[in-house]
Amino acid sequence: MSLTSAHSVVAPSATSKRVAGTIIVLYALISIVPLLWIFATSFKTPPDSIAYPPKILFQPSIEGYCNLFSTRTRQTPEYINSLGPATGVCDETVRKRNMVIAGPSNFMPRFVNSLIIAFGSTFCAVFLGTLSAYGFSRFKVPLADDLLFFILSTRMMPPIAVAIPIYLMYRELGLSDTALGMILLYTAVNVSLAVWLLKGFIDEIPREYEEAAMIDGYTRLQAFWRTVLPQATTGIAATAIFCLIFAWNEYAFAALLTSGTAQTAPPFIPTIIGEGGQDWPAVAAGTTIFLVPILVFTILLRKQLLRGITFGAVRK
Amino acid sequence: MLNRTADSVARATPESLARKVRGISDKGLAWLFISPTILLLLAINIFPLFWAIYLSFTNYRANRPNEVVKNVGLANYRRILGDQDIWIAMQTTAHFVFWTILLQTLIGFTLAWLIDRKFRGHAFWTTIILVPMMLSPAVVGNFWRFLYEPQIGLFAYAISFVSGIPATQIGMLSNVSLAPWSIVIVDTWMWTPYVMLICLAGLRSIPEYIYEAAEVDRASNWRQFWSITLPMALPFIMLAVLFRGIENFKMFDMVNLLTGGGPGSTTEVASITLKRQAFESWRTGYSSAFAIILFVAVFGLANIYVKALNKVKQR
Repeated sequence: MSLTSAHSVVAPSATSKRVAGTIIVLYALISIVPLLWIFATSFKTPPDSIAYPPKILFQPSIEGYCNLFSTRTRQTPEYINSLGPATGVCDETVRKRNMVIAGPSNFMPRFVNSLIIAFGSTFCAVFLGTLSAYGFSRFKVPLADDLLFFILSTRMMPPIAVAIPIYLMYRELGLSDTALGMILLYTAVNVSLAVWLLKGFIDEIPREYEEAAMIDGYTRLQAFWRTVLPQATTGIAATAIFCLIFAWNEYAFAALLTSGTAQTAPPFIPTIIGEGGQDWPAVAAGTTIFLVPILVFTILLRKQLLRGITFGAVRK
Repeated sequence: MLNRTADSVARATPESLARKVRGISDKGLAWLFISPTILLLLAINIFPLFWAIYLSFTNYRANRPNEVVKNVGLANYRRILGDQDIWIAMQTTAHFVFWTILLQTLIGFTLAWLIDRKFRGHAFWTTIILVPMMLSPAVVGNFWRFLYEPQIGLFAYAISFVSGIPATQIGMLSNVSLAPWSIVIVDTWMWTPYVMLICLAGLRSIPEYIYEAAEVDRASNWRQFWSITLPMALPFIMLAVLFRGIENFKMFDMVNLLTGGGPGSTTEVASITLKRQAFESWRTGYSSAFAIILFVAVFGLANIYVKALNKVKQR
């Protein structure tokens, strides 16, 4: 570092910037390879996907996506020839493998379950979290620190340890394998994150706004509704996305407490199998569809990411 | 202060409005706002916890609900502490937690330190690096099984390309001595960005004037790093370490899909043992006792975590 540099004495030199940039770009490229590989595999045919050496260049095919959304049965070529022209691209693709489409697979219902449970629990967690965060932020709550620690500590429990009694409780209440049961459970897990994050966001809104509103004749409830909530929109949106990502990605509870009607996508995707083993293009297709929303959210959230992953402990 | 404001508001407003202001007292509103959350957590977290504590003193088996439940006292706890398998699982967990944290902290801090140079395009590349940690550990962990395949997998191919060892011999998931590292690698790939992001916040919190002063004092770059950068970023590094420690202590999803605890029980971390005992052997009472022990351990860690967190906040 030269002391005669033009702007600041502590600015990194051009060389050190270049070296740092090169290493970071290399790391980023290597760390993104597994994800690119998932994406590439989803467009391979099953033989291409298990070729040695692994194929980087290949003829793209939508077979993986066809297999993901359908169940197929093997038929004799004579039978397939007797069927008449194929009705769609997928139909044509699977016929080349001497198969016919027998019906839709379970992927769509599982994906819809994921959507319902993730959005349902996010809504509940953010609703409850906003109210509690406002309560903790603005009022003198007895034992507030203990309550907040209690709320946080529920998130620290190992999921399997929680799942044992929940499994028994849900069996008694008839909530096993229901969307409602999963929404309740995910709400309970997410509400701790929501309270902690939102308390931070609401703490940053000056009290004077509500006080002014109350002097103008609003009740506290109206002041909360008309001044605090609009100010907290960004924080609420960021919190909601974090809750959504958790519920969307969650596997342990879903794998142990759902098996059929309420099963979400994470425990379902690994069970996609083809003839003679895992159908990797179909798994990759399911994984790609499953990951894309999270990629979009990550990019939207990048400014709030730090806050979200540390429960609001570190703010930039 | 709040009460005084409320009083002054009440005094300043006409009678009709004052009635509205007093509609719900602040105290009432506070409880109205907070109690639903507390009730939900009591119902979904605390009640089951007490149920688990009760079960841990019994020989209950969830797959035989009609059998008479016997109170066995502390027998489950005694058996766990004497159970060889449990100790092996704890050692596996310790190996996993130690190495993931060490690697993630070293790589994560280095990356943050490099990104802090603010080279051109650093924001874009940072976002790219952050992507893996946002994804589902289960779904991505499952796909790593494919990358680890001895011959057709990309990982094995890349390693054999670099090292010259035939790709068929790199059985990351089937080799007893490699399998524990296979989960360390995936976890490190996934969570290094997490440590990096927190370290970056730590580095950016160091005021520039300190470096300027050090520069005036002719402190070497090496000296500046050890006397300014590292100590001032340390609380953040600790925060990241504790958070990763808690998370990896509970690790279940990625390991369950990647190795399922195998081969044998070489990657059987505590949560996998717990799942096998509770949902495969159906030893509900016994596994509840193990769950309570794990919970107490995590709770202890959480306590330390919150204390450290408060220290970071005070800065």
